[in-house]
Amino acid sequence: MALTRDQIAMRVAQEFKDGDYVNLGIGIPTLAANYVPGDISVMLQSENGLLGMGRYPTEAEVDADMINAGKETVTATTGASIFNSAESFAMIRGGHVDFTVLGAFEVDVSGNIASWMIPGKLVKGMGGAMDLVAGAKNIIVTMTHTDKHGNSKLLPACTLPLTGVNCITRIITDLAVLSVEDGAFVLQEKAPGVSVEEIKEKTLGKLIVPDDVAEMVF
Amino acid sequence: MAGFNKVVNTYEEALSGLSDSMTVIAGGFGLCGIPEGLIAHIKTMGVKDLTVVSNNCGVDGFGLGLLLEDKQISKMVSSYVGENALFEKQLLNGELEVELTPQGTLAEKMRAGGAGIPAFYTATGYGTPVGEGKEVKEFDGRPYILEHAITGDFAIVKAWKADKFGNCVFRHTAQNFNPMAATAGKITVVEVEEIVEPGTLSPSEIHTPGIYVNRIIKGEFEKRIERRVVAKEDV
Repeated sequence: MALTRDQIAMRVAQEFKDGDYVNLGIGIPTLAANYVPGDISVMLQSENGLLGMGRYPTEAEVDADMINAGKETVTATTGASIFNSAESFAMIRGGHVDFTVLGAFEVDVSGNIASWMIPGKLVKGMGGAMDLVAGAKNIIVTMTHTDKHGNSKLLPACTLPLTGVNCITRIITDLAVLSVEDGAFVLQEKAPGVSVEEIKEKTLGKLIVPDDVAEMVF
Repeated sequence: MAGFNKVVNTYEEALSGLSDSMTVIAGGFGLCGIPEGLIAHIKTMGVKDLTVVSNNCGVDGFGLGLLLEDKQISKMVSSYVGENALFEKQLLNGELEVELTPQGTLAEKMRAGGAGIPAFYTATGYGTPVGEGKEVKEFDGRPYILEHAITGDFAIVKAWKADKFGNCVFRHTAQNFNPMAATAGKITVVEVEEIVEPGTLSPSEIHTPGIYVNRIIKGEFEKRIERRVVAKEDV
């Protein structure tokens, strides 16, 4: 069975290590914050200028001056810091953020990512995504393995305008965990009940399947 | 003699000198930390053909979205736009030009502009539409693109408190682009919630030193919330 959005987020959260600084994009990546294992601490960075992003506020705590990068009201954790946008992107671009997790339309075997622009549709902008993929030490892409028409999103070469080049090393989809190595996707794990055949069929870019592929454990 | 006293009492004085075809740099992220009264007064002034540099362009009927109503903006430099229907309409019919700029690059362009650095290299945007036509240089085997600094004829900034000398502090994430914007205006106008006497703010806690600030005005703020999300359960 393909994973649900929450299950993808659960699998993403398993990647985090104790003491990591993590930036989570909008959508499935944000859900990963709910599944950080109880025995580790991670600190969430929100690129509008908050390190130590907390939960949503109670009614009484709502403060117009306290928002996240998705423009939602939010709180700060104990030990948080707040700073300006140049400082925020200095820590992103300077490689100080350990993990960034973001969604994508397409990823290819060269580690290129397309996530912000579909020609012919209104383009709203890249926000901080280009800075994040250019700067973070480890980038995880979360997405469904195929689009709603069943077309593979894991390609030999991205067809849409790029967000960044040679920057993606790890992808977590509803079917699999894959790494990007030397011009190919390498199957690392498959979702419970999903066959290697199905993953092969839905991966258009070159796919290397090791002899033994583990199943995800939740 | 005013000396270092930067306080003005009217929006007319605050924005005196702003005219058609100027570049205005505005602080704020979404509707958070925006100089509401200054924007509203720019609408009243009716100046046109403005280039506005700001991460976003407000929403319909509020923030920078107000300046779209009478087509006062001809070009936006932003990282994310289109939260407003009017913006979309003017963009599609060619009345409005938009230069999409990665958020970190935008912040750094303002910072560099204010710091006297004309351009800088960044890996952000290399190999993407943002990098097209820009100079590329390799450092330690990695390609970077050259991005130019931005300065404005005016910078409009929202701070929490300022003393009369223009030393500013920002509150929570309403800080965002405001400190960079403050450095990058030929004339920097700061709209604040509270004006205090010099010496009230600790010199060590100042976010924006008064040297960057030309005019301060006390505003009244609605502080509209764009996405009000509250915790689902008791916390």
